[in-house]
Amino acid sequence: MQTLTGLAWLLLCQSAGEAVVRLLHWRLPGPVIGMVLLLVLLRWPVVRTAVAACADALLAHLSLLFVPVGVGVMTHLGVLSEYGVRLLLALVLSTWIGLAVTAWVLRALLRPPATPARGPESENP
Amino acid sequence: MQDFVQLWVYLSTTPLFGLTATVVAYVIAHAVYQHLGQAPWANPVLWTVVTLAVLLTLSSTPYPTYFSGAQFIHFLLGPAVVAMAWPLWQRRAEVRQRAGPILVAALVGGAAASISAVAIGWALGLPADLLRSLAPKSVTAPVAMGIAEQLGGIPALAAVFAVLTGLVGAVSGKYLFDAMDRLTPQVRGFALGTASHGIGAARALQEHPDAGAYAGLALGIQVLLSALLMPLVARWL
Repeated sequence: MQTLTGLAWLLLCQSAGEAVVRLLHWRLPGPVIGMVLLLVLLRWPVVRTAVAACADALLAHLSLLFVPVGVGVMTHLGVLSEYGVRLLLALVLSTWIGLAVTAWVLRALLRPPATPARGPESENP
Repeated sequence: MQDFVQLWVYLSTTPLFGLTATVVAYVIAHAVYQHLGQAPWANPVLWTVVTLAVLLTLSSTPYPTYFSGAQFIHFLLGPAVVAMAWPLWQRRAEVRQRAGPILVAALVGGAAASISAVAIGWALGLPADLLRSLAPKSVTAPVAMGIAEQLGGIPALAAVFAVLTGLVGAVSGKYLFDAMDRLTPQVRGFALGTASHGIGAARALQEHPDAGAYAGLALGIQVLLSALLMPLVARWL
């Protein structure tokens, strides 16, 4: 039941997010506003316990949720084969650049105060 | 045989087919992934997509027919984006303490991924609507579609680019990080979440719990930053 209540909160936040975006003509996706809204609501233990059960289950299988869109690649084989190598080059190289730059910047900025020697127990619950 | 053909014709046109095929293919791909010790190249999303695409092509099932069932899974991406608030909230103290470095890394890394994609695509002579669809490729697919629409790109292509970007990160990220010196699980996870959104985050979660949490955090921040900044930046161009 907690999981279902959690799903209800997630859907309510998403709906509220969609409503805000439509009413105020914001150029933001509705679920993003829903996420910010939920961040505020999580202060209350009632919301927290319910959302925890549902969010953990949903995020544990996050990669499954990308499969339907992924299969959609087959409907764009025309574009992909026309620009195949060039698109692939742009996608692969820019992903590597993004990964390397993010890792490099964060490592450089975190090095002085936080040493990795603290290990996994340093995590905040 | 005739009965079997009729049964197939019936089943393959109901939503049940797309839903069942998606879940079954994923469960099998995930079992193989576990069996192979979570080798990055055995990524379950990659092989589920390949299996389903081959299956649909061989049975000449049109994508909309498949999607009529798969949409029930696809729909959950919205609530999943909302649910990203949970890992973010759990680490709020740590995040507040490291807010500066985290924001700078998210901003610089996200910009590097997006600008390099557009720049490389432009240098290789890709058309403008493809470039506009490439820009939000580091953000999770449903958000990338929304941003591409505002940028004047093609939402469906943006989703495809986002998924491919996620797969590139999940499959090759480990080797890139191993080549770089001394990266903590937190840093590896954060980079995966920033440059490869949910598919990268799912991979990070399998490597280390801290990596997974930081990937979720990175992906949440990336969603907010890109949704806020990309349309603004695009207006100047």
